[in-house]
Amino acid sequence: MDFNDTKDEAAFRAEARAFLDKHLTPKSGARPRPGSGKDALQRAKDWQKVKAENKFAQITWPKEWGGRGGTSMQSVIWGQEESKYDAPTGPFAIGLGMCVPTVIAFGSDGHKERYVQKALKGEEIWCQLFSEPSAGSDVAGLKTRAVKDGDEWVINGQKVWTSGAHYSDYGIVLVRTDPKVPKHKGLTMFIVNMKQKGVEVRPIHQASGGREFNEVYFTDVRIPDSDRLGDVGAGWKVALVTLMNERLAVGGSPGPDWGEIMDYAKTSGSMTDQAFREKLADWYVAAQGYKLTKFRTMTALSRGQTPGPENSIGKIITANHLQDICNSAIEMQDHYGIINDTETMPGDGIFQQSFMWAPGLRIAGGTDEILKNIIAERVLGLPQDVRVDKTLPFDEMKAG
Amino acid sequence: MNFDFSEDQKFLANEARKFLESQCSMAEVRAILDDESKSCNEGVWKKVVEMGWLGTSIPEEHGGLGLGMLEMCVLAEEMGRVLAPVPFASTAYFFTEALKLAGSEAQQADLFPKIVSGEVVGCYAASEGPGNPDAGSLKTVFDGKTVSGLKVPVTDGDIATHAVVLAKDSKGASLVLVDLSAKGVTKKVLSTLDPTRSHAELNFDKVPATLLGKSGDGARLNDALLDRVAVLIAFEQLGGASRCLEMAKDYAMERYAFGRPIGGNQAIKHKLAEMYVKNEVARSNCFYGAWALSTDAAELPEAAAAARVAASEAFWFASKENIQTHGGMGFTWEVDCHLFYRRAKLLAVQAGSPKVWKEKLVRALETKNAA
Repeated sequence: MDFNDTKDEAAFRAEARAFLDKHLTPKSGARPRPGSGKDALQRAKDWQKVKAENKFAQITWPKEWGGRGGTSMQSVIWGQEESKYDAPTGPFAIGLGMCVPTVIAFGSDGHKERYVQKALKGEEIWCQLFSEPSAGSDVAGLKTRAVKDGDEWVINGQKVWTSGAHYSDYGIVLVRTDPKVPKHKGLTMFIVNMKQKGVEVRPIHQASGGREFNEVYFTDVRIPDSDRLGDVGAGWKVALVTLMNERLAVGGSPGPDWGEIMDYAKTSGSMTDQAFREKLADWYVAAQGYKLTKFRTMTALSRGQTPGPENSIGKIITANHLQDICNSAIEMQDHYGIINDTETMPGDGIFQQSFMWAPGLRIAGGTDEILKNIIAERVLGLPQDVRVDKTLPFDEMKAG
Repeated sequence: MNFDFSEDQKFLANEARKFLESQCSMAEVRAILDDESKSCNEGVWKKVVEMGWLGTSIPEEHGGLGLGMLEMCVLAEEMGRVLAPVPFASTAYFFTEALKLAGSEAQQADLFPKIVSGEVVGCYAASEGPGNPDAGSLKTVFDGKTVSGLKVPVTDGDIATHAVVLAKDSKGASLVLVDLSAKGVTKKVLSTLDPTRSHAELNFDKVPATLLGKSGDGARLNDALLDRVAVLIAFEQLGGASRCLEMAKDYAMERYAFGRPIGGNQAIKHKLAEMYVKNEVARSNCFYGAWALSTDAAELPEAAAAARVAASEAFWFASKENIQTHGGMGFTWEVDCHLFYRRAKLLAVQAGSPKVWKEKLVRALETKNAA
């Protein structure tokens, strides 16, 4: 047992570091503030272009698509190293991680020719349009309707929680083409031009106060049949491929962790509080559990094996962990903890900020409940939930 | 990145599992549960000795297999899965590790071969009553030649041939070695929550004892010993917790209520998913403990504590919710759930409760943070 790179891994890591050093500055101790506006987007596009030109964009993609043809382990190493630098990668994660691989898997040669390189070089950004107001965990229950009109489809409906829709050029959109068959069978996937007439993007005002996600309204949006991905009615199968491409999460904890709250506790006298000390131990154990579980997954990748299901515990742990730590940190500050001013509060108010972000984290990308169902069904092999709508035509389903 | 056991170690785990499933079934555990006159399963113990497992980490020149601590961790997990009713932990973890840590060459040369052959059964005598034994408050005294005092409870105290005893002397606390066949040793068998592992009260009245390590170094040695033992016990806990999840899952699949398996209900599914999450958190922390133990890493104190805290929580949760998943059947003597619930508690309080280890963990983090 050790935590060392193999010889090949070390060589790749050195190559990645040299490249990063040449182009970016390492992150300083201060928590970077999220950039905004056009400058940040242009910076991200510029960085993506440099990466693509040097074969550091999409490490595991085959060389014919502009990738490196590298291993999953190299992709993990790249992610680790890139995260140590002030690298603006956000706008491309969903497009290159999920949407474009779907285009590669189901698109025509013409689609691949047209879209893949431009996406890889950061010239065009993609978003994923699946969730709807009445279709979250049960996304196959979506209502956005596509009706065939000659060689085109006419789309009407609403998508929600679409990250990056406001700066995206294209999207993959899952719509209902046949409401007379059971819900999974009447879906079809399309490529949609986000800049065309009838597509309206509105930011969502989140409970946390921010506006990072969008609603997307489709009003008589016309899509040529040639921009269909997969067969009519096969959209669910295509969507599963999209979701399978979700990148292996290798990032750190999404907010303040045991170290930050321990630092704060030292300045506030809470380190003498026995109840706090016991909680701190629990947080350390959970954070280590998450970090070390990723190491186990990486070990399987490093050995050229398929990782086990252990990584499925990740978000359940981190989201609840974050919420718990922030809650305790605020209570440690007593009445003063209610102030969320980032200028004057300890740790730049990070506990207060993350306190309001944590509820979203427990829902985004699979709620705690859905993730537990997935563990129970796919890892432990317990029976699936009863699905009363499985064989029922979509238009006869109860909805509310 | 190489954060997993090797293929050879996994092979050993697999062989050990096959052996224990055939030779140490729950019937063998129940043979001790249902017979108050028996302290351990001698038949199983004899086979464990024959397998050479007691010598796993003992050097070859002393008759051992000369393998490492990772192999010990692998075996500990398997022993934990089957609730082995034998003095393996007392002998192979506590006693052997104490000798490795503080024993003189002569002590090691004398005792290691006898551990391997099964002639010596060890135990660890530290507790004197409620509360974690603290070097400052010890009542058992070592006068340089003999030890006197009361140790309660001592796991396997009634069947052990030798004991490592934590006592105070003129220079502070010391670890001493005692031959329990000597005159002045009184043993009284105790009733405990886990009858599948024997416990005794040991009274020492001027019993000949020899120092393990230096006089006055007992507090440090005891901490170092417990850090090492904690990782091994954590693996036993992990084995037990994994077994509980398997039992709960199997039962939830075969038990029908309201016309379908109870495992189809989200209340059960989510409970079992939570068990899985806790077990994986424990497994990852145990692996880290194993790494620190096998490499004598400076991180051993926090790694051992984290493994112990995570594994105690996992086994507690899995053992109690396994009973719950079994419903009324789970509360019967005949169904095995309560045996795991009992063992989970023993392993959680033996060598310091989770509360003690949480405090050790935070102190280790403070020390690291201050450095």
